[in-house]
Amino acid sequence: MSTSNGRLIKRQKLATRITHWVWAICLFFLLLTGLQIFNAHPALYIGDQSGFGFENAVLELEGFPSWMTIPSTQDLATGRVIHFFFAWILVVTLFVWLVASLRNRHLRKDLIPTAKDAKNFMPDVRDHLKLNLVHTVRYSPLQKLAYGGVLFVLFPLIILTGLCMSPGMNAVLPWLPEIFGGRQTARTVHFIVMALLVGFFVVHMAMIVLAGPANEIRSIITGRYRITAKSNKDAKNV
Amino acid sequence: MSKLILTRRALLRASLASAAAFPLGGCEAFDFLKTRDNAMREFMIKMNSLTYKAQRLLLSADQLAPEFTQADIQQDMRANGSTEVDTDDYLELLDNNFSAYQLEVTGLVERPMRFTLDALKGLPSRTQITRHDCVEGWSCIAKWQGVPLQQILDQVGVKPEARFVVFHCFDAIEKGLSGEILYYESIDLVDARHPQTILAYAMNDKPLPVENGAPLRVRVERQLGYKMAKYIKRIEVISDYSQIGEGRGSYWADRGYEWFAGI
Repeated sequence: MSTSNGRLIKRQKLATRITHWVWAICLFFLLLTGLQIFNAHPALYIGDQSGFGFENAVLELEGFPSWMTIPSTQDLATGRVIHFFFAWILVVTLFVWLVASLRNRHLRKDLIPTAKDAKNFMPDVRDHLKLNLVHTVRYSPLQKLAYGGVLFVLFPLIILTGLCMSPGMNAVLPWLPEIFGGRQTARTVHFIVMALLVGFFVVHMAMIVLAGPANEIRSIITGRYRITAKSNKDAKNV
Repeated sequence: MSKLILTRRALLRASLASAAAFPLGGCEAFDFLKTRDNAMREFMIKMNSLTYKAQRLLLSADQLAPEFTQADIQQDMRANGSTEVDTDDYLELLDNNFSAYQLEVTGLVERPMRFTLDALKGLPSRTQITRHDCVEGWSCIAKWQGVPLQQILDQVGVKPEARFVVFHCFDAIEKGLSGEILYYESIDLVDARHPQTILAYAMNDKPLPVENGAPLRVRVERQLGYKMAKYIKRIEVISDYSQIGEGRGSYWADRGYEWFAGI
């Protein structure tokens, strides 16, 4: 696991690093203002409407504690102002990232799984379970799965289900909420995807700690990353 | 191996704890954004007007909100906001089942007019089963019948400089030290002339109940519930809303919510 003897490489492009941190800030505010918005009616339903005269609730809570919400007191109006502001930034940044990653080949070289990834998948799972974390030039199959899952599944899902809750967008794209099974189901999916993103964040933090925080954090700030000595052979291939 | 798992669990616990501690210091730190005139808040609100511009760009004027079927009406319409009115003029009208009610249409119009409830019911109506989305997050489907606002606007003749339609209501939503604040709301002419924007006098095939806004409430189906003013007393056509309420165009907009509630 020692990385001290490995080569220092340029791993993360500027566009990747900037968009990463913009998203980090966006998701922080979106999560905590999202919990504030949820607290205005802390229940989730399946279907087009909320059951008051019938039963279709799938979750009913007392609401999240004030230390988990922005603002810290009940204030739906302010929660919405901040939520939509960062939602716009998230979407614009996702678009910028997509264009940049197509142009600088981050997508093709780093994120799109290859046949080799399929072959290395189970060994990579075993390595992670043994905490044998090698530092290679490219992402491991599990990393591709995690990052790709966030960027191509969770981000689009949380944006689309967010749009499903907009009555204006419902008129623009009437079929969109129906794909999810109605506006209230879309709201429930929005909540579930939020929980999955929180799950990703927890694992992401744990992996940084386990893989050597200094090296990992440096790679997403300066772009420089020290790879495991024995993987030099891989590095030459690139 | 077992030792490793324990370490991993401990690490996960540690990162969970730090993830939880992160917002702990964070939340009150952003409470300054609650202040109405805070520059950062104003900046965010200004940026969020992108939503209004984007929706006006994407939505053609006549594009309809989704409509539902009779089978989707599974419950009574949930009533919230004001559900009763105790102003004297309203109670007097209510006593006589709104027979003396007259909707007043004023402002930037060629012919200011008054409409009795019977006169309104005599005009061609539109019936629609739509989903009411509250800003709080819940939704409820009901059937609404009423006069398209467009017809009223055509009868009174909107002047060229007009841009907004204001609904002045009977209900005192707030009783503060400075007296009663009657509900007010406004929409632009695009929404005012939208085919589904109706002055509803019936709900689920019955006269509009008091708790849902009798005798008249507006339906603005491409926006959230708070735009759909209840207990309408007077409609005013204006060119800008800086003189209405505290200047942001609606009771809730003056209290920090978006004036445009298409989101």
